[in-house]
Amino acid sequence: MAESDRPQGAEERRRIFEREIDRLADRLYGTALRLTRDPEDAEDVVAEAVTRAWSKLDELRHPDQFEGWLFRILNNTFVSLWRRRRCRQDRETELNLSEGEEDGPAPFSLFEQLHQPFLLWWGTPEKQVLDGLLREDIQSALDALPDAFRVTMVMVEVEGYTYQEVSDLLDIPLGTVRSRLNRARSLLQASLWERAREAGLVHGVRKPRARSNGGGG
Amino acid sequence: MNAQRIRCEEVIEQLFEFLDQELDEDLSQRIEHHLKHCRDCFTRAEFEKRLRERIDQAAETRAPEALRRRLRRMIEEF
Ligand SMILES: [Zn+2]
Repeated sequence: MAESDRPQGAEERRRIFEREIDRLADRLYGTALRLTRDPEDAEDVVAEAVTRAWSKLDELRHPDQFEGWLFRILNNTFVSLWRRRRCRQDRETELNLSEGEEDGPAPFSLFEQLHQPFLLWWGTPEKQVLDGLLREDIQSALDALPDAFRVTMVMVEVEGYTYQEVSDLLDIPLGTVRSRLNRARSLLQASLWERAREAGLVHGVRKPRARSNGGGG
Repeated sequence: MNAQRIRCEEVIEQLFEFLDQELDEDLSQRIEHHLKHCRDCFTRAEFEKRLRERIDQAAETRAPEALRRRLRRMIEEF
């Protein structure tokens, strides 16, 4: 690590690293934001992950695996921050949630609420609802999930990790990954159902929402 | 031949694991085959896939310019 006057190879390496980080910045930040829900925390997680990645760059055997390797570091960085921050209340919630997983409420399915098999000539109401939901509806429904559920779901559905990988990242049994995922999906779908109903989407038309003027977006 | 068949309830029960690509090759293929021939299950699978796409899109966010600057400054000093 004694590269005080930065020989050419080292400079080149730094430049490539910088370019890659720049290219991946949106996805790094977007992922961190869904995991943390907090813009400041998300920036800190990204910055710390990038620092860790640089210091461990020698461990990366195959440069073409840089992206996957970097995102794994991002997730690990998030997990350690989360563990440090987690207050007792969260732990209790999580404990309660992980107990009695099997006899929890019956899974909720948005599709089953909406699908009308005998009304095919009407078009498909479930698809209209899905397409009518706004990006903010989905973001806020996702953010409203209890931490443990949201994190598991983001890792599987957004990041595409396998159950085994999530089990390793979070250091929880495979069965817990499965049950958290089931609960997360059920809660998310129930919450989207509520949002769809509030927006009047269930009957096919979105109610105009009260919007403040001049709020960009 | 029927032993190879899979019922709608089994497909629905395992649909998420199928979409997560967590099922073994054999079961996965049987579900795929079922989806090609069963309109109900196909509609359901398309719905869950579409929802997943929407969730995925919801996660897309642009990195704030301040973060990009912070990263560039950091890397300058590495
Ligand atoms: Zn079927």
